[in-house]
Amino acid sequence: MESTELISKLNNILAQEFEVDVAKIKPEANIKETLMLNSLDAVDMIAVIEYEFGVKIPSGEYAHMKVFSQLYDYMLNALKN
Amino acid sequence: MEKQELIAKINQVLADEFEVEQSVITPDADIKSTLNLDSLSLVDMVALIEEEFGVKIKGTELASVKTFGLLYDFVFDRMEK
Amino acid sequence: MGIYSCIGKNLDEVRESLYNGKSGIVFDPVRKEMGFRSALTAYLEKPDLKGVLSRNQRVYMPEQALYAYVATAEALKNAKIDQDYLDSHVVGLMYGNDSSADPVVKAVDTMRAKKDTTLVGSGAIFQSMNSTVTMNLSCIFKLRGINLTVSGACASGSHAIGLGALLISNGLQDMVVCGGAQEVNPFSIGSFDGISAFSVRESDPTRASRPFDRDRDGLVPGGGAATVIIEEYEHAVKRGAPILAEVLSYGFSSNGDHISTPNVAGPTASLEMAIRLAGINIDEIGYINAHATSTPVGDAQEAKAIYNVFGDRRIEVTSTKSQTGHEMWMAGASEVIYSMLMMKNDFIAANINFENPDEDSAKLLIPDKRIEKKFNTFLSNSFGFGGTNATLIVRNID
Repeated sequence: MESTELISKLNNILAQEFEVDVAKIKPEANIKETLMLNSLDAVDMIAVIEYEFGVKIPSGEYAHMKVFSQLYDYMLNALKN
Repeated sequence: MEKQELIAKINQVLADEFEVEQSVITPDADIKSTLNLDSLSLVDMVALIEEEFGVKIKGTELASVKTFGLLYDFVFDRMEK
Repeated sequence: MGIYSCIGKNLDEVRESLYNGKSGIVFDPVRKEMGFRSALTAYLEKPDLKGVLSRNQRVYMPEQALYAYVATAEALKNAKIDQDYLDSHVVGLMYGNDSSADPVVKAVDTMRAKKDTTLVGSGAIFQSMNSTVTMNLSCIFKLRGINLTVSGACASGSHAIGLGALLISNGLQDMVVCGGAQEVNPFSIGSFDGISAFSVRESDPTRASRPFDRDRDGLVPGGGAATVIIEEYEHAVKRGAPILAEVLSYGFSSNGDHISTPNVAGPTASLEMAIRLAGINIDEIGYINAHATSTPVGDAQEAKAIYNVFGDRRIEVTSTKSQTGHEMWMAGASEVIYSMLMMKNDFIAANINFENPDEDSAKLLIPDKRIEKKFNTFLSNSFGFGGTNATLIVRNID
């Protein structure tokens, strides 16, 4: 998958799941704030990504992700392998 | 399956499930009173026969299967041989 | 009283385990194969009631109803109540239970695979309902008073006892069988594991549940059943019952806040209500059995609430969940029994695995070793998802 394709698919899925405007999801935007995630919803983000892309984000990795660009990098890297 | 073999197997699974002595299961004996079945546990007997022998006793047919002898005939006639 | 738990199958065994600080927690390899984040759990043997109850009684009972039967039979015996008594008096039943997942999963699996609902069997419906424990026990013991399951998440058992005591104090019942039950199987708590609620200290199962300890990392699921018989005082005296203690008060509150993250104000309100209604001086309370489940946030919030109410009084506080794991729907009832066993035998069980306090637990007196102490009144907290809180205060009667 091309990186732009992945990013737009990921953005659409997250926007749909967490009911936010997809335009708000930008590389430098804060993930938790943009998607309004509490500790429980965070599990759902990890689950929706695992369902859609088959990529499991360990909670230790997730803890380091602040903004969407970090999530994109992680996903691109995981899907490359 | 030979009929004698089928009878022995039916007696055994019913005695095990409903916790009665196999010796009380005789061709002329009444099924409900011998196995202490009420309207609920009668459902379990139907399920057990279906599971073990692949023969479904419909609700309308159940009324005519009063004794073990009738049950043996019913199952034997409908079993895949 | 009667109990069936991971630290003992009757009161005597449980008293011994409490006294010796024994843990009931194990590593369950099956859960690991199922993809669990944590395979830690309490271990209980399923009681074999063949020959005790008929097939037609057992077929309606999921595991937690079997546990509840054993606990209730022991409680009735200890209270000197036989079937003749139950047949000739109106006795109520109020039990805490908030899931019966295992039979639901099995029935749905059968429906999907076979496309024939008959094959689900006659027991599935009665096993699957939340009220399975009360529907089974009331039929087995032929009880004719109130017949009701209390579902208040991890405070279910406490609410059941509190509500039972209220029915008695209002003159609506002379006797109510109260308790709490909790199933122990992977399906019932898989979704709990999914939200990372459990400790992952899998290399050291008996040290994983460590309420109030600085290095706690989540709870360990437990279960079983616990039963107490509550009776109107004069009624108990008149029939010559062995009277153990009095339920002085039942406090309750709701956080009105987050679904899983507890706050401080809600538990504080529950504690204050119980103390006010008990009509005692706060200094009479000699032991606090905390709800503390070994989760990072929950224990801290409860420690703050206890400190809010008790200040620097330094009353011993422990969480028996350090030994049993979190018995959830059962916990409120079992922890009253654990506290009773301590009160009747003049000791306070160690809050095992409490090695280092954090900022909040440092303000409380939490014994990490068993202490010998005589006390006459205890307070027991239970809190649950959705912010439901319950507090019971119980006083000894010699």
